[in-house]
Amino acid sequence: MVYGRGDSMRKVLTLLKIEGKLALRCPDGIIFGVGMPAGILFLIAVIGGNNNAFGSDYTFLQSGFASLLTVGICATAFMGIPLALADYRDKKILKHFFVTPVSPMLMLGVQVMIGMLTSIISASIIAILSIVCFNYQMSGNFIYFIGAYFLVMFSMYSIGMLIASVCKTTRIANLVTTFVYFPMIFLSGATIPYEMFPKTLQKVANVLPLTHGIKLLKQVSLGINGDQFIFSILLLLIFTIVGVVLSIVLFKWD
Amino acid sequence: MKHCIEVKDLTKQYNKVNVVDHVSFQVNEKEVFGLLGHNGAGKSTMIDCMLGLCKPESGTAMVLGVKASEKRKNLFEQVGVQLQQSHYQDVIKVKEICEEISILYKHPVDYHVLLKQFHLDTFSNHKVKDLSGGERQKLSVVLALIPNPKVIFLDELTTGLDVAARHEVWNNLNALKAEGLTIFLTTHYMEEAEKLCDRILILKRGKAVAKGSVQAVIASSPYQSLEEAYLWYMGEEIV
Repeated sequence: MVYGRGDSMRKVLTLLKIEGKLALRCPDGIIFGVGMPAGILFLIAVIGGNNNAFGSDYTFLQSGFASLLTVGICATAFMGIPLALADYRDKKILKHFFVTPVSPMLMLGVQVMIGMLTSIISASIIAILSIVCFNYQMSGNFIYFIGAYFLVMFSMYSIGMLIASVCKTTRIANLVTTFVYFPMIFLSGATIPYEMFPKTLQKVANVLPLTHGIKLLKQVSLGINGDQFIFSILLLLIFTIVGVVLSIVLFKWD
Repeated sequence: MKHCIEVKDLTKQYNKVNVVDHVSFQVNEKEVFGLLGHNGAGKSTMIDCMLGLCKPESGTAMVLGVKASEKRKNLFEQVGVQLQQSHYQDVIKVKEICEEISILYKHPVDYHVLLKQFHLDTFSNHKVKDLSGGERQKLSVVLALIPNPKVIFLDELTTGLDVAARHEVWNNLNALKAEGLTIFLTTHYMEEAEKLCDRILILKRGKAVAKGSVQAVIASSPYQSLEEAYLWYMGEEIV
């Protein structure tokens, strides 16, 4: 009669499998996270292509590549994860999970993993398109770049997890994510190049953690040894830790 | 006899109004206990307080000797719950919700057996939202039984079901009762209380107005049926 032994790895994989299937049955979030960055890549490559960007010695494509990888991260961090959990809370599905031995961390973790898979697929498609169609070559260290990519991902997800933990209804979550997602995606340099902004707007953009994430990714991908390297890394690490701790402590079931 | 559930002087307020007002009762092992009352009498609030979903202003509620808010994970290994108007993920299938809930417990019962027992095995590939009201309520009992619980909580399980579906659910619950499961249920059907409950508590605007076995509750009123007695306790005119 005994069906399982509560082995935690199997627990995670089973939930991931089922919740993943549910996500695929309503794939609007996934399409947004994968389709939009691919579309912008084409625009940048076709319009700007291999011309040098903003009087610098790197091309528009080289400059845009790093920032476009963060679009998938943002779509999942600020839309996918918080909206999925707020929806569960709104529909009293989380209340149903409360009366089982599940932990908040597992509830959040599974949605985060679905987000990660979506982001990684999005990033892989962009990388393949850039390399195959537009002859993109990374001048910086690829391993460091992967590290920076995951750091940016974790820091953005920690913010998304916090929103997911505290928003009581879908309506509130929609409002909050709109106010976080759109500034992040348009002002941080993820879609519109940061270099195009006037100085005052750049100052505003510097407040956003994603701006630092994109700067870091760009510098690593271009092989530039930036002076703000350490600062960006520390900032993102702090965001990650604070966000994850707060989201677990403040998690609301109902 | 051991107490499975012990509620002492429980009070819960919303906007300074006592929704549950100094209520005390015990539920014994292997007993079916019914909480009766109108809509809005405080039945669901009472269950929420007992399960740790909300914090009472005063008093305590212990289930299997612990406070749910303090030992949530341990307690819910041994307690099954059906919440009023259970909701499920939009496009989830019957077997998927069963698998998902099963994996959360250390020693779950094989859900295939439960589905068969409740005549739901033919629906395991159906989406939960496509089930009829009765089938969905039976599924919520199946989910509450997956942990192989010592106690189950059922919040208005049969509300909105047609007569046939209600009787089928009652038969299922009587079978569980015969197996020795402790059941705490809320209802506003007197027939349900008479068919299932060993003891009942009638709640009126948060206050306990009658408590005891069905016969005792009827006997301490001037009437012969539970329905009439209930209305009398509620202070309604009996035509």
